[in-house]
Amino acid sequence: MCLAIPGKILEASSVGLNRIATVQFGGITRQIYLDFVPDANPGDYVLAHVGFALSVIDQGEAERTYALLEEMGALAEDERGER
Amino acid sequence: MKYIDEFREPELIARTSAEIRRLADPARHYRFMEVCGGHTHAIYRFGLKDLLPPNIELVHGPGCPVCVLPMGRIDDGLAIAAQGGVVFTAFGDMMRVPGTQGSPLEHKARGADIRIVYSPADALKLARANPEKHVMFFAIGFETTAPSTALTLMRANAEGVRNFSVFCNHVTIIPAIRAILDSPDMRIDAFIGPGHVSTVIGCRPYEWIARHEGKPIVVSGFEPLDVLQSVAMLLRQLRAKEAKVENQYRRVVPWEGNRAALRAMAEVFTLRSYFEWRGMGFISQSALALRDSYAEWDAERRFSVPGIRVTDPKAAQCGEVLKGVLKPAQCKLFGNECTPERPVGALMVSSEGACAAYYQYEHRKSALVSIPA
Repeated sequence: MCLAIPGKILEASSVGLNRIATVQFGGITRQIYLDFVPDANPGDYVLAHVGFALSVIDQGEAERTYALLEEMGALAEDERGER
Repeated sequence: MKYIDEFREPELIARTSAEIRRLADPARHYRFMEVCGGHTHAIYRFGLKDLLPPNIELVHGPGCPVCVLPMGRIDDGLAIAAQGGVVFTAFGDMMRVPGTQGSPLEHKARGADIRIVYSPADALKLARANPEKHVMFFAIGFETTAPSTALTLMRANAEGVRNFSVFCNHVTIIPAIRAILDSPDMRIDAFIGPGHVSTVIGCRPYEWIARHEGKPIVVSGFEPLDVLQSVAMLLRQLRAKEAKVENQYRRVVPWEGNRAALRAMAEVFTLRSYFEWRGMGFISQSALALRDSYAEWDAERRFSVPGIRVTDPKAAQCGEVLKGVLKPAQCKLFGNECTPERPVGALMVSSEGACAAYYQYEHRKSALVSIPA
C-alpha cells in the first residue's frame, strides 16, 4: 500500500493550479503531480505514490549510503580474515 | 544511479549478511518488528529471512492499511455504493477484501458501479467527467497516502466539484506503534521504521520510542540492502546499549518530513478521537476524519452509513498475526480455508499482508525444504 517507486522526471508543466510531470519508471511513463515537491525539476528522480511525488531522491545521500554498505562489507571481511 | 539495482547487488548483500552474523550475539534472541507491510513483502520476496542468523526473528507489524481495516467499514462503504447513482472507487488492493456480503469485486459482479483507481486524483477526474453521478472515493492508507487524498479534496473544493466525496479510513502509524508497545503479550527489541510514511512525517515522531521506551528504531528503505543494513544498524545500537532514531533511508527521507504534504493534511483532516483497528481494537487518536470545512465532501456525512460493527470470523486469527503474536502459518485457516484466491481475512488479500506474502513466497518453499535431502 505504501509502495512508492523511484522514477525520472522527463518534463514538467503547469496545468491550472497544478504542476504535473511526465515521469519514467523503468519502461513506462506516467503523469505525476509535483505539488509536494515544488523544487523538483526535469532530470531529478522522485519517489511517487498514488500519482503524487513525495520526495526528490538525494543522489549524494544515495551514494553515501552505498559507500557505507561497501565499507561495512569490507569490515566484515577483515574480521573474518577472508581475502 | 537508478536507485534500485544498486541496492540489490548480490556481493554486497552477502557481505552485509556476514556483517550481521558478526554483530549478532549468538547467546541472544532478537525480535525486530518491521512496522510497514512493504517491508514484510520485501523480506519474503527477496528471501531476506534466510540471510539472517536464526536468532534474529522478524515480527510483522500492523503497517498494512487494508489489513487493519475492520470489516464493518467495508460494509459501510459498500452500503453507500448500493445507493443509486453512486460510483464506488478504491485502490486495486481494496477490491478483494471481504465484507460481510462479499468483497467490492463481488458487489460489482452483482451490479454495483465499482471501479479501481490508481490515484485519488483519478477518482476526482471521474467525477468531473460524470456530473450526473456521484463518485465516492474509499480512502485507505497511512500518512504516505493521506496527503494525496487531502490535495485531491482541496482541488475539489477549489474547482467546486460537488459530485465527489471521500469515505475516509486514513490511519496514523504512531498510535499503532504505541498500542503494540503497550500490549502485554508483545516483546520487541527494536523496530525497522516505515520508510515511505517517514517521507511525510519525518523521523522526529519516533523519538519517544528511543527516549522513553528505550528501543532502537531505524527508518529503512525497501530494497534488500536497505533492510539488511537497517538490521545491522539496529544490532550495532543494541551492542552499544544505545537507543536512538537512525535514518538508513536518507536518500528519500528528510529528517523533517515533507512540509507541503503535512500542510495539506492539516488543512483537510482532523484526528478522530478513536478508531477501530482489526485485531487491535479501538485506538485513540489513531485515524483521520474530514474537517467541518470539508463536510460537503465527507461521504460519512452525506450518506446514511449503517456504522455496524462486525466481528471477524472466529476461526481466523488475523488479530494475533497482525500484532506479531502468531506467524501466518500458525493460523488454523492458513492455506486451507484462507488462500489468496478465497481470502477469509484481509491479511491474505493485500500483497503486503503478512499472510499473502508468506503464502506466495515462503509457504511453497518450506514445502520444498521439508523433502529430506
